[in-house]
Amino acid sequence: MDWLLVGVVLTAFVILGSSRLDSCIRMVALQGVLLSILPPMVRGSLLDWHGLFLAAASLAIKTVAIPVLLARSLKQAKIKREVEPTVSLHYSLLAGGAIVVIAFSGFKLLPVPTGPFPTLLIPAALTVVFIGFFLLISRFKAITQVIGFLVLENGVFLFGMTLIRDFPLTVEMGVLLDLWVGVFVMGIMIHHIHRTFDHIDTKAMASLKDAE
Amino acid sequence: MNPIFLLLTPVALGLITLFIRGDRKRSLRRQILFWGALFHLSGTLSLFLPNSKHAINPFLTLDALGLLFLTLTSVLFFLVSIYSFGYFFKEYRSEQERGMRHLYAPCMLFFLASTTLAALTSHLGLLWVAIEATTLATAPLIYYHHHARALEAAWKYLLICSVGIALALLGIFFIAAAGKGKGLDLFVFDFVANAKSLDVRWLKIGFLLVLVGFGTKMGLAPLHNWLPDAHSESPSSVSALLSGALLNIAFLGILRCYQICAAAGLAHFADTFLILLGVLSLVTAFIFITNQKDYKRMLAYSSVEHMGILSLGLGVGASFATLLHMINHSLAKVLLFLTAGQIVLGYRTKKVAEVHGLLKTLPATGILFVMGGLAVLGLPPFAPFISEFLILRDALVKGHTLAAVLYLVCLGMIFVAMSKILLGMAQGEKHEIPGALERYPWLMFSPMVLAAALLIFGLYLPPPLVRFLNEAARLLGGGS
Repeated sequence: MDWLLVGVVLTAFVILGSSRLDSCIRMVALQGVLLSILPPMVRGSLLDWHGLFLAAASLAIKTVAIPVLLARSLKQAKIKREVEPTVSLHYSLLAGGAIVVIAFSGFKLLPVPTGPFPTLLIPAALTVVFIGFFLLISRFKAITQVIGFLVLENGVFLFGMTLIRDFPLTVEMGVLLDLWVGVFVMGIMIHHIHRTFDHIDTKAMASLKDAE
Repeated sequence: MNPIFLLLTPVALGLITLFIRGDRKRSLRRQILFWGALFHLSGTLSLFLPNSKHAINPFLTLDALGLLFLTLTSVLFFLVSIYSFGYFFKEYRSEQERGMRHLYAPCMLFFLASTTLAALTSHLGLLWVAIEATTLATAPLIYYHHHARALEAAWKYLLICSVGIALALLGIFFIAAAGKGKGLDLFVFDFVANAKSLDVRWLKIGFLLVLVGFGTKMGLAPLHNWLPDAHSESPSSVSALLSGALLNIAFLGILRCYQICAAAGLAHFADTFLILLGVLSLVTAFIFITNQKDYKRMLAYSSVEHMGILSLGLGVGASFATLLHMINHSLAKVLLFLTAGQIVLGYRTKKVAEVHGLLKTLPATGILFVMGGLAVLGLPPFAPFISEFLILRDALVKGHTLAAVLYLVCLGMIFVAMSKILLGMAQGEKHEIPGALERYPWLMFSPMVLAAALLIFGLYLPPPLVRFLNEAARLLGGGS
């Protein structure tokens, strides 16, 4: 199962280092595929209906619905398809490397609770969560912020789906539904941000503050 | 009544109103909203009857804490739905820009449904789903006015809260990991019953993540950045619900995890962080209330202050007073936002400097606004005075002297800063105002009920309420 975890971390790195928005979106979709394979694998058997159902739903939302929605709002907004980060891509990748080191050395302080876990799981999940955070604070375009949020959420999922095998299906569906509706609302807002400000740079949205 | 209807009815009505579009049908949508709220309120009150059914299945089981949040939300929602008749009638004609206006009633109803779910459930995963759903339901409400500033506020709100709540989910997974291998499902009561066998280190990290995550949504400093923007840019009825219901629901999320920590003997650990965030919020609120130029932002920072008081109150072990204060703050803040909405309609501005002579220009509004202001500042004879005093007493009795001193100093400073603004608005000569208030009775009914409740609870706390609050406080490891 280690290859899956490595794959998820690698896709996060590609997002961190890529300068084009459409390749970021494709990577989010790929990350979704990797995450969707997880539930049946964790359950050990491919014929377990709970795992299969979860995989199907996650595949539908994370790899089809959300990326399609993002790609569409990218097209509608007719923006330059570059990421335009505040921290240059080289430094972003360096920061990513630092995050991996911290996540791998830091988790040793915590003993994994009883149960068979791949040793890579917790550091990998933490890495993805931190990279998501880094994306959120170092990118200003509304759409890249959504991508950062998705990476962060994927990190959380990675952690949860492997650790919690007995999460009831309804709750898992609820989590996925919330994610989908959230990105849907964000997509509509990106459209409006573009219409109102003529671009989707969140730097323009700084009129609300306390000092005049 | 079976509590499941409290959940299903708002969802169903929300879906129906979603398909009733068009400006001409707005009064129909408002009426559906009102009847939905009335149904919800009567259903909730019927839960207090003896022999009423509180548990549907393990996922939906109402305890005293949940019932408290449910009742508070339901009452406030009902009052706001009455206010909506007057407020939007006026606003519709006074502004030019057009928005997704038809989304107001459905989003309000979805908000009601998700808060109901959050109050009903004792499953941590489902609780998370419900709290995230409240964020999603309210984001379009904040964007109601459809101008650039509202868009900025809604975007900030949606993104910051979603990220915060994702962290809370990570925290919940950590808490689940703490009980790993014990065959525990994610039910709060399961965790509380088996608290001694939990892995303490994982539980600690889990609680911190939950505190940061839900604390973001609750508006605790330094994670409060979204709050003033969202409160000042949304329509006043929405600001009122954000302050009076949404922040509380995030607090419920923290309380549920606190229950587990307290049972596991980690109360002391959790208290330290709660007090820290509480004091930080009080200081932040003071800094930004001083010389605040926008009165709705001032009210928003006052919410930061009171969320800080709740956090600090829980931290010093004053569970009963904290829950009482939550009720009082919600009543007072909803009153203030609803009257602030009338001021916005009358004066057509949110700037403090442009509002004078409120008591002479709009006497009834002015009196209620000042009453709400005095209540929220903690003056007797209004109810918040009692709860703030009780928190101070418990802090001193339980030996948190430093926290108590900081609490008192901050309250004092905020009192000076905010009363200066409030009195400046209230006093002065009569003013010709650009807007006229039509349908004034619709606008006045709810604030008057709230003001009366604040006064009554300030003078006399009914014994059934005290008993009920004690029962809820016992779940938090406090109460008497």
